[in-house]
This record gives sequence, structure tokens and C-alpha cells, in this order.
Amino acid sequence: MFTYTLRRLAFAVPTLLIISFIIFVILDMAPNDPTASLPLTIPPEVRQQIRDALGLDQPMPIRYFKWCVQFFWNEPVNLIEQWTGWTIGDSESRLRVISWQTRSPVVDLIAERMPQTLWVVGMSYVVGILIAIPIGVISAYKQYSWFDQFGTLFSMAGFSVPTFFTGLLFIVIFSVNLQWFPSVYDTTHRVTDWDSFWFQVRQMIMPVMVLALFNASQISRFMRASMLDNLQQDYVRTARAKGLRERAVLLIHVLRNSMIPVVTVIALGVPQIFGGAIITEQIFRVNGLGQLLIVGIQSADIPLVQTLTFIFAVLIVLFNLVADVLYGILDPRIRYD
Amino acid sequence: MPDGAAPILDVNNLKTIFRTRDGEVHAVNSVSFDVGPGELLGVVGESGSGKSVTMMSLMGLLPSPPAEIVSGEILYQGSDVRKMSEAQLRDLRGGDVGFVFQDPMTSLNPVFTVGYQLVEPLQIHMGLSKKAARARAAELLDLVGIPDARKRLSDYPHQFSGGMRQRVMIAIALACDPKLLIADEPTTALDVTIQAQIIELVRDLRQQLGMAIVWITHDLGVVAGIADRVMVMYGGQIVEHAPVGELFANPQHPYTRALLETVPRVDGTRDARLRSIQGQPPSLAAHPASCPFAARCGHVFDRCLVENPERRDVGARHDVACFWDARTREPYNG
Repeated sequence: MFTYTLRRLAFAVPTLLIISFIIFVILDMAPNDPTASLPLTIPPEVRQQIRDALGLDQPMPIRYFKWCVQFFWNEPVNLIEQWTGWTIGDSESRLRVISWQTRSPVVDLIAERMPQTLWVVGMSYVVGILIAIPIGVISAYKQYSWFDQFGTLFSMAGFSVPTFFTGLLFIVIFSVNLQWFPSVYDTTHRVTDWDSFWFQVRQMIMPVMVLALFNASQISRFMRASMLDNLQQDYVRTARAKGLRERAVLLIHVLRNSMIPVVTVIALGVPQIFGGAIITEQIFRVNGLGQLLIVGIQSADIPLVQTLTFIFAVLIVLFNLVADVLYGILDPRIRYD
Repeated sequence: MPDGAAPILDVNNLKTIFRTRDGEVHAVNSVSFDVGPGELLGVVGESGSGKSVTMMSLMGLLPSPPAEIVSGEILYQGSDVRKMSEAQLRDLRGGDVGFVFQDPMTSLNPVFTVGYQLVEPLQIHMGLSKKAARARAAELLDLVGIPDARKRLSDYPHQFSGGMRQRVMIAIALACDPKLLIADEPTTALDVTIQAQIIELVRDLRQQLGMAIVWITHDLGVVAGIADRVMVMYGGQIVEHAPVGELFANPQHPYTRALLETVPRVDGTRDARLRSIQGQPPSLAAHPASCPFAARCGHVFDRCLVENPERRDVGARHDVACFWDARTREPYNG
């Protein structure tokens, strides 16, 4: 298992290099102009000078190589310096990946936005899983019961109604009419005591629930299908024939088997958390990664978009590996090497 | 079985139906039988004859819905299983009554070690500590002839061959010293040589442990080798029932006779063609007002088509459900 993981990690390196190159080429082909959002009074030759200053006058392969050096070498070295306090080489002149719009290092921007996204979107994922698994288990066990019918309706609704609709619906009902929760997420809010903690909970409830509903509806369907498959298996009859309680049959024997495909689905969904929920973050004004990406795209901030997209790619490759390893841990028939 | 000893299992007029979209399927129609202590009862019949469903209904192992026991009495050591609470029934299952199923490849849970699956019933029914249960589990694996038992407890089912897995299943069934073992076609999914090993194993274990066994099979050869008494099922009913020697020497029901002709004989003439039973098993969609075998029977006459025969005695502990008399080769008057 360990050597398998190492081998997979080694294979990930060329994969990710190719991905980063493809992202770079695609972004380069896009008809973007980083000066487009500047005032129209700026004359064309000045605009050209701005573009040259950003390095756009150089050929694409050179720009890609420079990004690689900045991202794969300079940024990690910088991180090590920050953590350890050492000075490695000439840290003053080391070029970091700089956002064209804000002129600040992209990695710092991401580090700034990460907590909001992880809190809101990550929490919604956890809540979604916690809702989905019991619903899936009970729906499958009591197939075609009123609970199952309701669960099916719930997941159909949750899956087919877009989050921008449920988001607005929640705002109208809970913020405007009932006035229970604030409609705008205050990113600057700091939790210092119980009152501020309560405020944090209240402002998180709506975005978390909107996303949790969406996640839960997907995962509960997987859970239900997987449970139904396993409930038909012969080993379930064996477990009952041994005189096990129905709860033990269901929650030990069937659930353990049913979790195998579901855990894979859950693991593969984790990168989406970091990707942020672009639309939901916009609606509730959460200053997360999704929002950062949208702003970056709108202002043709190529280094920002390139870096963010590449980080998502890394996470996807990584969690594919995590899913495979988990699969091997949960299912003894699939132990690698 | 010593005559007069109280039967360990006594089933009277059991009726089990499946409620499906296309109507009710009468899988078990008024089945009555008993099993004495230490006795081995063979249950023979083709696929869909209701033999497995009968045995699964006994301990409530059929999924309900769609299955439902509509009438009848199941007495285990004198107490009615149908009136038992779910907890009492659980105590029977895996405790007093052990089960072995047909397909050892799918009957064990693939994600738990064999040791875990063996320890489970020991902890539930015998209240053993984890350590004691594990020691007993190793003994059980040893008992069913799995070499290196202690080490193999931490192996997963996929690390065992089919025959070894069936031995594990038998070990699980025997874990809590059952008084009755229900074996549902335990050798059907195995190679012939492995089949012989498993049959030999069960025969040995029966001598050592003395439990009663109900052995469901569609292989008459297996039954001839190990059973004390045989019950032949067809269309959800018992059509003939006799001690094993009597059944093979003196089969009464046309179906039993036809079944015996489908078995190849080592001492038979080479040019004799192996017979098959013409036609299809009956659909069990409705309770028949005729003999279920009538459509395939060579001795069918008018009464068979309008009335379902009751079982009648034709000898010592030998009864048959047929209007035709095999001895006189004429319709029976009674």
C-alpha cells in the first residue's frame, strides 16, 4: 500500500506539469487584456508599456518557464523561510507570482481567502454528508416507504434546483421576512466571545445550508443505491441467520460494504470545497476562493487564475489518490501491491 | 431417530406466499413434517419446488415483504416459532439453529475477517469475552478441518477457496452448538471432489456433535449417502416422504420415480439413455385445485385434474400424495 502510494505520487508529477502547461496555453489563447479595465483616457502606447512591464512582450514558452520557476521554486522557498525564519539566498530579489490587478503575491491572496471558503464550504460538505448518510441508509432499508418517497423528493429538489435559486429563496424567507439571519456574510467578523460566536454561527447558517442541501441530495442518492445493492447480498442473510440484531446487520455488515463506493464519491468531491462555491459565495458575499477566481477572470489577472486553477488541479489529482487508497483500506479485496 | 422421542422441529400445514405485483405466489402449500433429535432429514426437489423457502420461513429469514407466512404452526421443541418475539427468534437463529447456505462465495461478508464473522455469534449467544470467543473460533476452524486455524482467523473470505469458505460457513453455523442445522444446498456450488469432502465433514461432525440436520439438495445421490429420511417436494408441496432405504427401494410417486430415472447409474447398461422429466415445473401463481405434477405425469387421469391429492400412508413412515397406486399400477381407491 505504501509503495503503491509512493508510485502514484511519483506519477502525479509529470501529470501535473502537463496540466499546468495546458492551463497556461489555454489562458494565453484567451483574448484577455489586463489593461482593458483601465480608464479609456490612457493612450495606447502607455497601455503597451504596461503590458510590457507585466512581461507580456515575451514569448509564451518563456513566460511559462518563468511562472514555473516562480511557483515551483520561489514560492516554496518563500514558505519555508516564513515558517522557519531562515534566510535562503537572496530573498529580496526572489520573484513571487504577483497578481496583475492587486500587485500582491497570489499565494498570499489565496492564504487570505482560504479560511472563509474552508469554513463555509467545508462545513456545508460535512453537514451535507451527515444529513445524507442517515437519509440514504433509512431510505434503502425502508424502500418505497413514505420516508423513502420524501427522501427521493428532497434529493430531486435539492439536486435540480440551482443554488442561486435556493440561496435567494433563503434570503427572502429568513433574512427579509423572518429577519433571523443576516443576508451578507461579514468576512471581517472576529470571534472573541459567545456573542460574536453566535453571530458567526448565524451568518454561516444560510450559505452552509444552501450548499449542504445540494451536497446531501447527491450523496444520499449514492448512499441509498449502494445500500440497496448490498441489502440484496447473501451475506446479509448469513448475518441474520447468526442471530444478529437488525441494527447490527444494517449498521455493521451492510453499511461497511455500502460505504466503499460512497467514500470514493465523498473523497472525489473534496477538491470542490477548495474550489469554493462560486455562485453561493457571490450571493452571500463570502470573500472566498470562488469569488477570488471570478474577480481574477473578470479582470484578466492571468497569474492569479493560472495559480488558482493549477492548485485545484493538484487537489483533484491528490484526492483521486486519496480515494484509491481509501478504497483499498475499506475493501480488503482491493489491496494494492 | 428413536421412535417416540419428541421431535425437535414439528411443522404443521405451513403456508408461505410471496405478494408480488403480478399477484400472490404460493411458494409453500400446506407443508407438514418433523425432524427428530439427531436425525438427518433430506429434502429433495428441483429448483422452485419450495424446499429452500420452506426452511427459510421456519426461522423468519425470508424478506418480508414480499414473503409472508399465512398459516401453519412451526414448533421448535414444543414452542411456536410464529408466536415468538423478534428477540426470542434471534436467540434461536445462530444459537439453537445453525444455517449453511448454498453459495459460499457470497455468503460471507467480504470486508470482515473470518475471525470477526465467527466471533460474532459466539459473543451474542454464548456471551463469551473477545479473547475466549477467539480461542473458540480457532477451535471451530480446526474442527471443520481448516489447517493453521489460529492464523487464518485474521484472513478475509477472498483468501479462502470455495470449499474452505463453505467449511468456514459450517464453522459459523456450528459455533454455538446448535441442536438443529439447516443446510440449504451446501454442496451445490462446489466441485464434485470438494462436495464429497464437505459431505464427509458433515457426516463426521454429526457423529461427534449429534445435532439434527435438514439437508436441502437437488442431488439424490447426496441424499442416498447421508440422510435418514427423505422428503420429496414438488410445486411447493411434499409429494412423498419415506425413510431413505424405502424411498430408493420402493418409490411411489410418479415424480420420485421419474427423478430416480434421471440419475445415471454406474452399474447400468451403457446404451440406456438417461431419462429427463418432460415439461416445466408448475407456476405457483395460484393454489392449485389439481395435482401440481398432473401436467408432466405419465399416469395422469381425470381425478388428478380436479383435485389436489392429500398425503396418504403407504407403509411404515412412508406416505405419498398421489391418486395413482404404484403397487397395483392403477388409480387408488380411498
